[in-house]
Amino acid sequence: MLKQIEGSRAVAEAVALCRPEVICAYPISPQTHIVEALGEMVKDGALQDCEYLNVESEFAAMSVAIGASAAGARSYTATASQGLLFMAEAVFNAAGLGLPIVMTVANRAIGAPINIWNDHSDSLSMRDCGWLQLFAENNQEALDLHILAFRLAEELSLPIMVCMDGFILTHAYERVDMPTQAQVDAYLPPYEPRQVLDPAEPVSIGAMVGPEAFMEVRYLAHAKQMEALKLIPQYAAEFRKVFGRDSGGLLHTYRTEDADTVIVAMGSVLGTIKDTVDELRAAGQRIGVLGITCFRPFPIAAVAAALKQCKRFVVLEKSLAVGLGGILAVNVRMAVTGMGLKGYTVIAGLGGRAITQKSLHALFLKAATDELDLVTFLDLDWRVVNRQIEREKAHRRTGPVAEALLRDVGVVGVRNY
Amino acid sequence: MSFQPIKFYQTGTFTVGNRLLAPEERSVQASAKRFNSINSGHRACQGCGEALGARYAIDAAMEATQGRLIAANATGCLEVFSTPYPETSWQIPWIHSLFGNTAAVASGIAAAQKVKMKKGERRNIRVVAQGGDGGTTDIGFGCLSGMFERNDDVLYICYDNGGYMNTGVQRSSATPPAARTSTTPAAGAEPGNVFGQGKYLPAIALAHEIPYVATATVADLRDLEAKVRRAMEIRGARYIHILVPCPLGWGTAASDTVRMARLAKETGVFPVFEAEYGEIKSVLAIRHRLPVEDYLKPQKRYAHLFGKTPRIDVIARLQALADRNIRKYGLLGKEAN
Repeated sequence: MLKQIEGSRAVAEAVALCRPEVICAYPISPQTHIVEALGEMVKDGALQDCEYLNVESEFAAMSVAIGASAAGARSYTATASQGLLFMAEAVFNAAGLGLPIVMTVANRAIGAPINIWNDHSDSLSMRDCGWLQLFAENNQEALDLHILAFRLAEELSLPIMVCMDGFILTHAYERVDMPTQAQVDAYLPPYEPRQVLDPAEPVSIGAMVGPEAFMEVRYLAHAKQMEALKLIPQYAAEFRKVFGRDSGGLLHTYRTEDADTVIVAMGSVLGTIKDTVDELRAAGQRIGVLGITCFRPFPIAAVAAALKQCKRFVVLEKSLAVGLGGILAVNVRMAVTGMGLKGYTVIAGLGGRAITQKSLHALFLKAATDELDLVTFLDLDWRVVNRQIEREKAHRRTGPVAEALLRDVGVVGVRNY
Repeated sequence: MSFQPIKFYQTGTFTVGNRLLAPEERSVQASAKRFNSINSGHRACQGCGEALGARYAIDAAMEATQGRLIAANATGCLEVFSTPYPETSWQIPWIHSLFGNTAAVASGIAAAQKVKMKKGERRNIRVVAQGGDGGTTDIGFGCLSGMFERNDDVLYICYDNGGYMNTGVQRSSATPPAARTSTTPAAGAEPGNVFGQGKYLPAIALAHEIPYVATATVADLRDLEAKVRRAMEIRGARYIHILVPCPLGWGTAASDTVRMARLAKETGVFPVFEAEYGEIKSVLAIRHRLPVEDYLKPQKRYAHLFGKTPRIDVIARLQALADRNIRKYGLLGKEAN
């Protein structure tokens, strides 16, 4: 059914169609609308046979999900930013225990300085925690990926984060095609756990493992994720059969056939990138786009295949590996090892900084003639940065950096990009 | 108390002789058919109070639920000594997740049971969470308080041995004043742990006004079992705080574990009571009041109080704390109140 609804509402309705049994909620922007909507559905009876717990922290949210999942219930929660970091210990634990929890991450920057707007620092900081990470490009994909995620998580006994850009997607009203309960039931079988806390067959879950087997346990976690690289395309194909549209998959290419330059990115910024690429194509540039949907496991072979015809690639990412450059870029570089490609990293959109078509246009033209630095910070205000550097040379006690910069910027919101 | 008082005591001891009781009044532990929820062969130290407390409590909970019980366990001695894979002492479904999240994990299990029951997929199953004092009063406190506040159907049992014994006897917020630990050494002008306002979790649990709060020691088996049984009759958040002496951390003889627990109660150092919805319903009265020295002296963690120049001042402060407990909880029985 076609609906014009907020992204968060779309995700909440999709999660409800997946018949979750335990949902834990703790508020943090910008995911809050999702758990609010689910809470309403449980309270008014639209979502039956579901326990909704208002917990006291994200750490508790993930811990409740761990207990519920280990007791055999389909479990869901949502978080963002500081919340994801606060639950980090339990996030690793859920993966280590092999519990198929599905969690929405409404991607948001991490402080300090505190910032509620979108970038990918939060989920990318958890890239090695053992969860799968799927990135949605738009709200349709966000809701579809949740349905796929429950199926995939439960098949693999691994938890999955469905990542969607905070505010840009969560708060955007878009047209979505909401599946029917019958469709979701046809696609998603009931949860059949591999291990469950059951007095009829008592097991001990989560005991200590020493050096004798720890490496093997960890290897199997890796091998299991790699298995998803085969399952995801298969499940995407089945998704098309049941729901009549393409969604999910490992990655998507756009106009890459004869491209010399390929822009690699994740999430909602792909829309702006595609528009820019259309412009440049019209002007005769041979440029294309590679959108990564599945960040963990990282589809090395598929990325290599998608980039094998091009001369250079530009990874444009909303995250920063401080002291190195890019996070996604490092992953892409590993995929193209030995292929002799030129690769550029562009850090863009941190903390909600707008990524405009105008800036991308100029950036991609520079990339096409190999005039880019290895690492570029898109639309960085060098005037403000340099002034602070000078200030720190001149004085010892310069105070909080963020405050000093904002004083230089002047009135917030009047910047000319 | 919620069980039939027993009039007969063996002369010269405080032990209620099972042989003097009718079969139905005997303790769960006295039954050959007890569940042995935590089985023999684990790696606890000799004389471990926590192993004893866990066996008493979980067997009683198993008896009360006819074996339909799931346990969540915090990181700590109990987790480590009972389970390194591939071995496990647990004869019940058991999960260890983290140090600080046990109450929340238990809440999740309870929520799952509620849904599964509603759907008719599973029979009634109850949930206990357990941890040491560090996992309860310090790192697990947030999750515990949240579980209390939501009134989730979980019995949380804290085995309090007054410190982080698993990591080498460091101070916790349940470490008593003046006690020596490896992070509150017996050095300087004020050796041992500080005298603070304390963090007495049973009182904090009472303040949550949850359906049931009780304290117990491993010295009073029947009292402990009765409290677990009572707790399992109630739905909602329940808390039992059990004093479990630690021969390693306290510097006591392995054979003195039960005696130390009894001395803690008889001196008033550890009040034993039972409460419902924030109101104390009964206390286990002191039978022979003893000075705190009797409790402190056998413990090496207080040895610095009994050196060449005994710290009479510190002992007096500890006595004052015990006296305050006795007054506050009415531990001398009805006449003394």
